[in-house]
Amino acid sequence: MPISVEADILSSRADTVIEPAVLSNETLTKMYRDMVLIRRVEESLLELAESGKIGGAMHTAIGHEGTAVGMAAALQPDDYLTCTYRGHHHSLARGMDPKRAIAEVLGKADGFAKGKGGSMHFLDPSLGLMGANGIVGAQVPHAAGMALASKIRGEGRIAITFFGDGALYQGVMHETFNMSQRWLLPIIFYCENNRYSEMTPIGRTSSVRDIYMFARAYGMHSLQIDANDVEVVYAAVTQAAERARAGDGPTFIEGITYRLAGHMAGDLETYRSPDEIEAQRAHEPLVVLQRRLLDRGADEKTLAEIRAEVEAEVAEAVEFAQNSPWPHPAETYTDVFAL
Amino acid sequence: MRTTTFIQAINEALKEEMRRDESVFLIGEDVGRYGGLFRVTRNLFEEFGEDRVIDTPISEQGFMGMATGAAIVGMRPIVELMYMDFFLVCADQIFNQAAKMHYMTGGLVNVPMVIRGQHGGGKRYGSQHSQCVESAFAQWPGIKVLAPSTPYDAKGLLVSAIRDNNPVVFIEHKMLYFTRGELPEAGEELIVPIGKADVKREGKDLTLVSFSYTLLEALEAAEELQAEYGIDVEVVDLRSIVPLDTETIYTSVEKTGRLLAVHESQSNCGIGSEIVARIYEEAPHLLKAPARRLGMAPASLPVSQKLEEELLPWKKNIKAAVLEMLQPVAA
Repeated sequence: MPISVEADILSSRADTVIEPAVLSNETLTKMYRDMVLIRRVEESLLELAESGKIGGAMHTAIGHEGTAVGMAAALQPDDYLTCTYRGHHHSLARGMDPKRAIAEVLGKADGFAKGKGGSMHFLDPSLGLMGANGIVGAQVPHAAGMALASKIRGEGRIAITFFGDGALYQGVMHETFNMSQRWLLPIIFYCENNRYSEMTPIGRTSSVRDIYMFARAYGMHSLQIDANDVEVVYAAVTQAAERARAGDGPTFIEGITYRLAGHMAGDLETYRSPDEIEAQRAHEPLVVLQRRLLDRGADEKTLAEIRAEVEAEVAEAVEFAQNSPWPHPAETYTDVFAL
Repeated sequence: MRTTTFIQAINEALKEEMRRDESVFLIGEDVGRYGGLFRVTRNLFEEFGEDRVIDTPISEQGFMGMATGAAIVGMRPIVELMYMDFFLVCADQIFNQAAKMHYMTGGLVNVPMVIRGQHGGGKRYGSQHSQCVESAFAQWPGIKVLAPSTPYDAKGLLVSAIRDNNPVVFIEHKMLYFTRGELPEAGEELIVPIGKADVKREGKDLTLVSFSYTLLEALEAAEELQAEYGIDVEVVDLRSIVPLDTETIYTSVEKTGRLLAVHESQSNCGIGSEIVARIYEEAPHLLKAPARRLGMAPASLPVSQKLEEELLPWKKNIKAAVLEMLQPVAA
């Protein structure tokens, strides 16, 4: 018997309420395009996985697009970012080329890491993308180390690290929260609470209802937001970045969202009902943003054109990736040690 | 040349590299104001301040991960593990993260960091503070592993480790800390290259390969074997476990025809097993007699002095092993 997650777990506590940003229609339209691109890349990857072209574990972020796009707009392009193996969306939002992203997932030579990293290890240091990680929570101290480096060098860059609700129960998270707050490191801890730790609803394993309260134990500024609303995400990350740059230390953001696809490609999803997913679709980030744009006078034709344009771009990227050659066998033995 | 302790040599390497390169910083438990449990980092906090000599809480996973992250963005962290045994607490950050980052990013990211601390027995610290650790690290691609036995090698290899663009595990030994040896004047640059073994004693009857503190036991054993039996042992100090300098070993065995690999850690699946296997694969024709290993029996180090002495494969056991291999010569 599936245990459904609560329909709405947003806290009503006054101390976490944040005033959403009101962005221009031009900005929102650009955000809409980025979110549609992420959605289409993820859907295409799931299709490729279903046809047997992708091995291993691949985790899509369908439903998390508002988080990535709101974040990317709120930060500087060279701010450090680390994230989980569910990290395609952050990379695409920060400007990773979908061609090289898809080629990497397919293990092809044109992948950004020559096919050695794959879906779980998205990165591009030139875009400040310092590594997605296959081990739950492991990327979080990395970001704190980058924030520490920035502080030592006085370079003014901040770090943001993304993790899921499931990561809060790894010890290294708490070690990192403690040190980051004690040393007032310029870092944003961003929890993408999509209600499920892999296949288990968080309520079944957590003794704490509101995840952002963990950070309060360390004296850290923390808040809980509706991450399906890109203007809310943008406002929260902007404020957290300002605090970090001003030397006021870390912020913990719990962004409530919902994972519309399975934990990974091939997930049987026996732990939730189709009705539960359907109910969440009314409030998913693309629907919310599209509704807002139309309410503010955008024209449906423009949005349809964007969708068609993205459709063509992603189809081209999939074709590019499929046609990309396999890496040369000699690549197996390179990059073990740096010179 | 002057003589200093092993601790002083390491301290000088840290200090001189921190003066030379602003991206080098220290992080670990009690490394700052206290100067390290074994005083290896003494006076560095005073010179470089709290931004570059960072006292952490007891959070090995957290600070090993932070060092990894700082290295990814171009810093050169040196992490002290108070006892090398604690690598197990932060194993994911070392093995799954720091070691693999360069490979799984297709070379886009380097992790130039040093993980240093002391291992080994002989001081009655018991099972959880005495384990020799080199073979665990050596199984993992992407990590270099160093284990010097003299102040000279310690300083010169640590300088190389700090300048290396990979995670380097630098293994000290609690029995080595107060040993003394020759060292060039402070401030005079001393570099010992990674991956080069060193013949610490020349001999003609048998090649004894060792490293870390056991190397000193081997040298004493060699002197006694010479005096007591007229057996002339060549002692090769590996210094570097990964990469392994088999060339120096084979050159020596070419002369002696006999090989004994000795270390404090277990024989089973140890570096000695690797060395013996390699010579049989790559240069069996050099051997006049079967190559052998000598290491600890598979037990954890106990606290009791008598039991600890029983288990450690030091001078007495080394002499016995050499005599067994050279019965005809000794007779």
